[in-house]
Amino acid sequence: MKGSTFSSSDVVKIAKLANIPVSNDQADELARGFTKTMTVVDELTRVDVAGVEATNQVTGLENVLREDEIDTSRMFTAEQALAGAKRTHNGFFIVDQILEEKV
Amino acid sequence: MNYEPVIGLEIHVELKTKSGMFCGCPADHFGKKPNTATCPVCLGLPGALPVPNKKAVEWTIMLGLALGSEIAKVSKFDRKHYFYPDLPKGYQISQYDQPIARGGKIGDVRIHRVHLEEDTGKLQHATIDGKKVTLVDFNRSGVPLVEIVTEPDIHSAEEAREFLKKLHRIVRFLGISDADMEKGSMRLEPNISLRPVGQHELPKYKVEVKNINSFRFAVAAINYEIERHARILDEGKIPAQETRGWDEARGATVSQRSKEEAADYRYFPEPDIPPMRFTKDQISNIKGQIGELPDAKKGRFVRVYGLPEKDAAILTDTRELADYFEACVKIGRIPAQKLANWIINKKVNIDDVLPAALILSILKAQEVVDVPPDLIAKVLADNPKAMSDYKAGKQQSLMFLMGTVKRQLPKGDVKIILDMLKKELDTH
Amino acid sequence: MKFNTLTLSQAVEKLKAKAISHAELYHDIYEAIAEKNGELNIYLSIDDDALKKAQKLLDTPLAGIPIAVKDNFLTSGLPVTAATKLLEGYVPHYESTVTKKLKEAGGVVLGKTNMDAWAHGASTETSDFGTTKNPRNTKYSPGGSSGGSAASVAANLCVAAIGTETAGSIRQPASWCGVVGLKPTYGRVSRYGVIAMASSTDSPGPIGKTVEDCAMIFNHIAGKDPFDGTTVPKPVPDYTNNLKKGVKGMKMGICYMDHPKITGTDVAHAIEKAGKVFEELGAHVDIVPMSRVLQPGKVFIPDYAIGVYTVVQRSEVSSNLARYDGIRYGNDRSIFSHEAQNRIMLGTFTLTKGYADRYYVHAQQVRTLYRKNYSNLFTTYDLLLSTPSPGYALPIGASSGDPLFGELQDILVEPSSLAGITGISIPCWIDAKTNLTLGLNIMADQWQEEKVLQAAYAFEQATDWNPWVKS
Repeated sequence: MKGSTFSSSDVVKIAKLANIPVSNDQADELARGFTKTMTVVDELTRVDVAGVEATNQVTGLENVLREDEIDTSRMFTAEQALAGAKRTHNGFFIVDQILEEKV
Repeated sequence: MNYEPVIGLEIHVELKTKSGMFCGCPADHFGKKPNTATCPVCLGLPGALPVPNKKAVEWTIMLGLALGSEIAKVSKFDRKHYFYPDLPKGYQISQYDQPIARGGKIGDVRIHRVHLEEDTGKLQHATIDGKKVTLVDFNRSGVPLVEIVTEPDIHSAEEAREFLKKLHRIVRFLGISDADMEKGSMRLEPNISLRPVGQHELPKYKVEVKNINSFRFAVAAINYEIERHARILDEGKIPAQETRGWDEARGATVSQRSKEEAADYRYFPEPDIPPMRFTKDQISNIKGQIGELPDAKKGRFVRVYGLPEKDAAILTDTRELADYFEACVKIGRIPAQKLANWIINKKVNIDDVLPAALILSILKAQEVVDVPPDLIAKVLADNPKAMSDYKAGKQQSLMFLMGTVKRQLPKGDVKIILDMLKKELDTH
Repeated sequence: MKFNTLTLSQAVEKLKAKAISHAELYHDIYEAIAEKNGELNIYLSIDDDALKKAQKLLDTPLAGIPIAVKDNFLTSGLPVTAATKLLEGYVPHYESTVTKKLKEAGGVVLGKTNMDAWAHGASTETSDFGTTKNPRNTKYSPGGSSGGSAASVAANLCVAAIGTETAGSIRQPASWCGVVGLKPTYGRVSRYGVIAMASSTDSPGPIGKTVEDCAMIFNHIAGKDPFDGTTVPKPVPDYTNNLKKGVKGMKMGICYMDHPKITGTDVAHAIEKAGKVFEELGAHVDIVPMSRVLQPGKVFIPDYAIGVYTVVQRSEVSSNLARYDGIRYGNDRSIFSHEAQNRIMLGTFTLTKGYADRYYVHAQQVRTLYRKNYSNLFTTYDLLLSTPSPGYALPIGASSGDPLFGELQDILVEPSSLAGITGISIPCWIDAKTNLTLGLNIMADQWQEEKVLQAAYAFEQATDWNPWVKS
């Protein structure tokens, strides 16, 4: 994408990364919306941030760690773990066979 | 054309903490029924939040220190995004630009970085009602995983194996992981490429190999790749940049996926976890917990106990064995070399036999008993020919007589028996 | 009288004094729900056993009063949908810390309220289950994303409610519905068990009929949670203690008065009037000029906060919604509504290699400027005054077609959400013709909720804008 205008093929690429199925019509509409949104975002480039640190956290906390202990209070039984799923089999979650190896 | 292999290793080690990286589920998942050790956090439920395991962080620092790495002053976690059924949140909490440790080395192989992340769930293929499916088990999801990446300083399969063995030994010495390649608590992905001998720049391609679960397979896979790349390069082509899997049945690597462009993981700092800052005191405290590492221990065993290097290497293979040996030496009744021989050759079960008990059994075996003069007289009387042979000058008859006595008196001291026989023979 | 019109404070008092019974209270509430929920579309699910639970809780601080909870909180046994079809039918097996604490204090979760789907919006119109209507004028939106919770309070369909704010989502609907909404300091209240939107700004908080009611709820939900690493281990005071302290001697600064969105409107007039009320009560009130660059003593224009919030929120949203793949719960990703698709994909884009520095990192740097600006202003001022919304509630339908509707509506409140500071919205104006309201946004630095509450209480007691408070 040049600057911040989006074509529907740009949208299709992003949709793949985002794992969201989009039809061609949807891609067109989304492309228009993105272009509009990014004009607002591009205004930020006017702001001088030289030497300014990015904010990742606002609490100022550091070193929030937990002791290495087993917490049974939150553990699920297999039944509870599987309860929300539409497809299960013998204690497993199921998906259609994965052909692609993971990234 | 002569080529030089350029190999870098990416190793994952599962830490044997009690609990998960970001939750309190048991980290020990091996052999459990599927999905019986999960919670909202490691199952990636809506609204769940991660809180890091202090021990996992400390052990990663400890490993970095043992490898001679530089420990970061400030470190943080980042989200690494990709979609796969074994990754419940759609991102893995890992470390991107501020890993816990950088640098270090084992032998001549430099370490690039050491960082901490969480493990994924496990997938299994199956066919149900004629349909091909993949089964997902999240027990392993969230187990702490340390990733060690080397520089491409390795130039042969043997060097790779050497490095792995040393790393394996160090990790086990530190007690932070079982590092069992067959059980998957240590995993290896070598990156392999070839360049003409004499060239110093890195090759323009590299091939990643997965599905290696033993040192032996690692050597086989690397050698296979080296040959395969050489053939392609000889044809004037460049091997495809890709990921391949080791197929033990075929004795070959198989192409899995094209890797023309590296995946876009869209890393950004994990907003749910505040950054970590390590103090000098904290780091030196952890350093103090390390103790003597395998190579140093082996060197000391050679120097201090006068053991041959081969024996020292065997005795320092695990911390438990080395400590056991030294405990035996400390008791002070048996010299170190004798102990070494005994332990190594008699395959002592160090889990069952306490050092004190071992010393006692060695002593018992060495026990000197009195040699009854009657026995000497009887053996001489029963073997007149040996007697006359000895008097005629045949020394081996003496040994024969000694052996006869010893068979009836196994705990008899050889020297004493010989002396008594000689005395009798000479005075006769 | 109908007991569903009682405030939290009144209801607890009367219950404990046995002046009313739980049965009477819940009867009136269920009756009101039966009468109004069909039209207003506030509740997505209701616990029919609430009364039974309440009757066991008389001897607790909250005495079994019914609380409406925004449907992005996981409540064991009650469904959670985040107002999306993707989660339709999902009943969780674990409890959010906030609702757990409320239950331990004797509150009862009466039901889950409607919201913008995934909290993406400022009108509740993006809900997959239809919009909620503003109880004060049903042609208008209640605001969002906590529209259902704010409307529930406004319509007396609960005694108090819980919402979440990522950028305005408590304060803006509170101002559109004429109720009180407190956005705590980020890190004051646990996010564990709340469906995440933008992890670095999400703040659960109370929405109630009065300032005191909000303080009472806040007392029970604030505090460090070992399950949420971003909660801060500061001790939790009794937030009802200092309510009557007044504002004498406090220094207050009115912000954004000269912003083109509000100059010359009722909003500017209402804030000005509010400033005068505080002056009469003994505070010192200034107008803080705006500046286009960061300058000490001036408030940085809020317009850049739109871009910052758009990028940061959408990036974090794209990440937080990655777990909804239909494998362990819910439906698959093809069910995402247009608005959700929009946000996830734009947020994916702003994090991609080659663009992350230009957009995500840059936005987080501009965010630092807003934090520095507030820190600087709070060295001079105890409190900053503004409004959560540039105007009255908008008619239903006004948001459609605009991909940035929410962000534009929240322009005046985004800077404070991004900075993680605290603020409360209290009613400060009513338009006689439409019956719609405007809200006063009183803000303080991190951890200064007591100051915010005490000023809000003083204003509430000194004026007639709050129908539940007799002055």
